[in-house]
Amino acid sequence: MNTHIVRSYDEELKYLRNRLAAMGGHAERMVDQSVLALVNADAGLARKVIEDDVFLDETQREVDDKAILLIARRQPMADDLREVVGAIRISADLERVGDLGKNIAKRVVAVTEGRQPLSLFRGLQALAELALTQLKDVLDVYASRSVDRLAFMRDRDDQIDAMYTSLFRELLTYMMEDPRNITPCTHLLFCAKNIERIGDHATNIAETVYYVVKGEQMPIERPKEDKSHGVVLSKE
Amino acid sequence: MSESREEHARRLLGAVAGRLALNRWLLAVAMTLLVAVGWFGSVDPVLVVAASLLLILVAALSPRSPAQRERAVRSAAADGASLEGLSARSLAAAVVDPLVVFDAAGTAVLVNDAARVAFGAVAPGLSILMKFRAPEMQAAIEHIRSGASQAETVDYAERVPIERVYRVTLSAIGQGSGLFVMAFRDQSEARRIDRMRADFIANASHEMRTPLASISGFVETLRGPARNDPAAREQFLQIMQNQTQRMARLIDDLLSLSRLEMKPYLPPGASVDVRLIVQNVIDSLSPLAAESGVVIERTFGDEPIVARGDRDELFQVFENLLENACKYGQSGGRVVVSIERTEVPEPEVAVTIRDFGPGIAEEHIPRVTERFYRVDVDNSRAQKGTGLGLSIVKHILTRHNARLTIKSKVGEGASFTVHLPAR
Repeated sequence: MNTHIVRSYDEELKYLRNRLAAMGGHAERMVDQSVLALVNADAGLARKVIEDDVFLDETQREVDDKAILLIARRQPMADDLREVVGAIRISADLERVGDLGKNIAKRVVAVTEGRQPLSLFRGLQALAELALTQLKDVLDVYASRSVDRLAFMRDRDDQIDAMYTSLFRELLTYMMEDPRNITPCTHLLFCAKNIERIGDHATNIAETVYYVVKGEQMPIERPKEDKSHGVVLSKE
Repeated sequence: MSESREEHARRLLGAVAGRLALNRWLLAVAMTLLVAVGWFGSVDPVLVVAASLLLILVAALSPRSPAQRERAVRSAAADGASLEGLSARSLAAAVVDPLVVFDAAGTAVLVNDAARVAFGAVAPGLSILMKFRAPEMQAAIEHIRSGASQAETVDYAERVPIERVYRVTLSAIGQGSGLFVMAFRDQSEARRIDRMRADFIANASHEMRTPLASISGFVETLRGPARNDPAAREQFLQIMQNQTQRMARLIDDLLSLSRLEMKPYLPPGASVDVRLIVQNVIDSLSPLAAESGVVIERTFGDEPIVARGDRDELFQVFENLLENACKYGQSGGRVVVSIERTEVPEPEVAVTIRDFGPGIAEEHIPRVTERFYRVDVDNSRAQKGTGLGLSIVKHILTRHNARLTIKSKVGEGASFTVHLPAR
């Protein structure tokens, strides 16, 4: 890491990065635990996830303040400036990830009121695993700065979208089969949507990291959409 | 026997010579005195020679003095001090558990091979706070590097891509060296046993219920209405046998999957000839292919194609894929197996198994590797599928750092490609 004449400048930059890492760890944990709470019908764990969100909110504000202060006092240039602006953007994305995790946790009670069959959650678990892998890989790249690994991430984002569309269809089928499924399945649809958006935020972070490290925007080449907006079930 | 006596004698001689050498100055002075006394005191020379012989004998057989022994111990300790010259790097490399040494700023200074294998992108210079982001780890690292505590123990879990659990011990190295060490002990096995039990019960009880219900239904019918109907009895017994066979297959697959999950996470290091494995799979499945009326075409040469992997596990991967292709792509009449090597973006070996059956609808493609996910339940049952084949494939490939891509269009068949890193 390059050094500046003013030592505390380095330390401030480093502090920002470490705060982001702490936020990342919390966001990963929240997403993981919220899905776990959903699958195991664990209302206690869900409550804990909801409480944990405070940390992300506070830290995001702190990162924002620190970043603005740093820009004002040090007037960073080139990669330092990108680093600071990147920190603001990444912290916003992570804070949103936390919100989405919290939202899943909030639905736990509603979904698990009746005893739901395990098969209902299997797809959601697989989707969450993909999104979590995405988030972990992106944050690992942010730590190691090896942006050439980011290419694989777009593949996975496509997988997440495809999986989400498939899950959407499956849940619709369950609702058609039995109207009693409508309540839990609607909540699960929102949970799936949340997880899919967590994947999108991870992709956003990937783009920011690429920009911070390389100094140029990540090349655009992806058809970025899931196809769930076109899904209809026709009665056969 | 004589040899050992010779050896003994030689050792004794060596010891005698050593003693003599140790006492050489005393001996020399004593001898000089004896000679002087003999010369000036006109003593019998025979007596002088006898006295000096006695002197030498005593010197040779006298035990070591405590002072000498102490000196010997000290010099041995000086030899052992070469331990201090041992580099931390080679010491860390010799440790099988992942080990990371970091400084007060939280930057990794030394990362051993085990840590690199376990955590991927960890290299000296990396900020460990950014790599190990779990809240407990963050707190422990902060405590250690601020000096608030000398040693911390936390549990660290990685959920993806494969669940691993570590007990991590963080401690300062020496006094005021400014360096800290983080040692990971893999605890995944205990956790996996727990999960396996829970999973097995959940999955097995759910999946076993259907065949069980059917068997008990037929038993009831056989005892009741169909008691005296030999034709129906034969038919029902056949169905019951099919159901029990299905349960047996299910248990086999569940056990196979659980066994895989029990294995410690170690990327396979051995090189294998992929072409040979694929050829073996084709050979072993040719009876099944003939039975289903499918021709297996191979479009690869005879030269070995090497990738990293575990022979038995890869065999199972290709076996499951080819078996699926023969069963579900039966209507296409042929299955094409091809192997390709690509260098960009990373060197890899791609094995593609393509069938020309009905294909898989788009919405099912991302889901087919989930446990018990079936595209078409009736067809799967008819083909004696358990719903676990592809999830076994996926699990093995994750362990190999490999990927599975599925391409398919309804009506045009499906192709499953395994991308193995070749490095």
